[in-house]
Amino acid sequence: MAETLTPEKREYLQKIADKIRRNVLEMIYKAQSGHLGGSFSVAEIVSVLYFSEMRIDPDNLDWPDRDRFVPSKGHCAPAIYAALVLKGIVEPEALSDFRQTGGILQGHPCMNKVPGIDISTGSLGHGFSVAMGMALGARLKKKDFNVYVLLGDGELNEGQNWEAAMATDKLFLTNLTVIVDRNRVQLDGPTKKIMPLEPLVEKWKAFNWKTKTIDGHNIKEILEAIRWAKANLRDPSVIIANTIKGKGVSFMENTHEWHGKPPNQEEYWRALKELGGQEDE
Amino acid sequence: MNKLVSMRESYGEALLELGKDNPDIVVLDSDVAHSTKTIYFAKQFPDRFFNFGIQEANMMDAAAGLASVGLIPFVNTFSFLATLRACEQIRSSVAYNNLNVKIIGSYGGLSDSYDGASHQSVFDLAVMRSMPNISVVVATDAIETKKMVRGIASIQGPIYLRLCRNEVAVFFDEDYEFVLGKANVLRQGSDLTLVVTGILLERTMSAADELAREGIECRVLQVPTLKPIDSEAITKVSEETGALVTVEEHNIIGGLGSAVAEVLGSSIPAPLERIGIPDVFAESGDYNQLLDKYGMSCQDIIRAAKLVLKRKGMSKNNR
Repeated sequence: MAETLTPEKREYLQKIADKIRRNVLEMIYKAQSGHLGGSFSVAEIVSVLYFSEMRIDPDNLDWPDRDRFVPSKGHCAPAIYAALVLKGIVEPEALSDFRQTGGILQGHPCMNKVPGIDISTGSLGHGFSVAMGMALGARLKKKDFNVYVLLGDGELNEGQNWEAAMATDKLFLTNLTVIVDRNRVQLDGPTKKIMPLEPLVEKWKAFNWKTKTIDGHNIKEILEAIRWAKANLRDPSVIIANTIKGKGVSFMENTHEWHGKPPNQEEYWRALKELGGQEDE
Repeated sequence: MNKLVSMRESYGEALLELGKDNPDIVVLDSDVAHSTKTIYFAKQFPDRFFNFGIQEANMMDAAAGLASVGLIPFVNTFSFLATLRACEQIRSSVAYNNLNVKIIGSYGGLSDSYDGASHQSVFDLAVMRSMPNISVVVATDAIETKKMVRGIASIQGPIYLRLCRNEVAVFFDEDYEFVLGKANVLRQGSDLTLVVTGILLERTMSAADELAREGIECRVLQVPTLKPIDSEAITKVSEETGALVTVEEHNIIGGLGSAVAEVLGSSIPAPLERIGIPDVFAESGDYNQLLDKYGMSCQDIIRAAKLVLKRKGMSKNNR
């Protein structure tokens, strides 16, 4: 697992991220409902977690020693579902029933419906605390698994995250890694306008966290940051991943307008083309 | 007069005993361990006790995480904080995921009487009852509390247990067995049924005694589980006694009275009166005085009993 990042592997992980984006687009276009912007911004992070760093076994989903992943910004569900399909955990046919009555792929991840989901998320501000409970559980159960939690930057408006930041430090949970998807846009507009977060790094530092700021679309930087966090057994670690909301589709980038809007047919084809669609599907 | 024993002391001791037998029991508290009496567990098992400070929301979600990896968390705080401050955490993380979290609402009802309405908990049952997957139980005395601690730990799934802060009359003996979803007939009678949950059992029994002196024979059905409600037992007393009074230390909206009305509405309806807090916030004061002032006196129960009896007679005459 800890092998070095060869150019081949880097390319492979990027290709996975690209596929995730195309699947996300397709799902949301078909359902005419879902969150494009925040699913695109996490594609590389999700790729590196599922296809390189997380200890999971598609043939043994309930493995007690598996790493846990908590996508606390549950509206990035399409990106997670795409990864689960590529991983062979969810049947590809399920994607066409995303958000549809009777389908398993709920608008937000549901652990009791979707195989491979460790905890349901969707309502913002819970995942960090839940992940902390899991990390504490690992210690009590004498397991060495890691817990990864993916937070939206808008989600950090929720005060409960800062309760969890305090408690993780108190409980000395170094098997928990927080990744902040810092795309700087939330539903109603820029984070800086809706509820300013800066100085964000200093906030985490003030809670006794070790921080690393990276380019959240750079496979190498993501992978190295995750390994840095895993290796740090003295402090809780947070990775601030600078990302672009809507990354990959020019007209969707850096705007809140594509937070939760589905594309029409014309927009779908334009977006698919920009995402390199129809090349290797 | 039955012996008075502290319910929270009993809870603290029972939790400690449970911890000795089951290494998966973990206890979470939010800076009220000396009040909830989880302090006994904390002292004996410091590695399995977590004080979250004043962070009820964070604590509740952390419990969900702990349960998801196979532990059995008992989450402790005041009842109103557990069910309202951390309500959405219960909904989104505990109930929706159907996780094995035991939520202990201490200081239920008006029992934190002197602290006033800010600390009293009179709609916790309504909130918890409306949430899918969660079972709702209310302790009556120190013995039942002890039995419930064992009982709820052995049942897989989320459960809300409401406790009283104070010393309350003991009714049950060590032979009592708590069965989730089962109501208990504690007194026989055929004129009407007093249906009661929680610590108002003492007042309910006194009311039944007094009514008996006037020739009115009450059956007393004690309901420790509000959800799943024992529909069978309620239907049976409705059929056999034809009139009911519910008695609870809770807003008359959404608690036991509502649960019983729901059952009667779809089975065998009968005249029903609901004793409880008449949809108001209470105030600071002596516990028993508050129970009297806010509609839960022995006389209130007696009045309600006579009222349903009268309506029962009227409905019979109309047949």
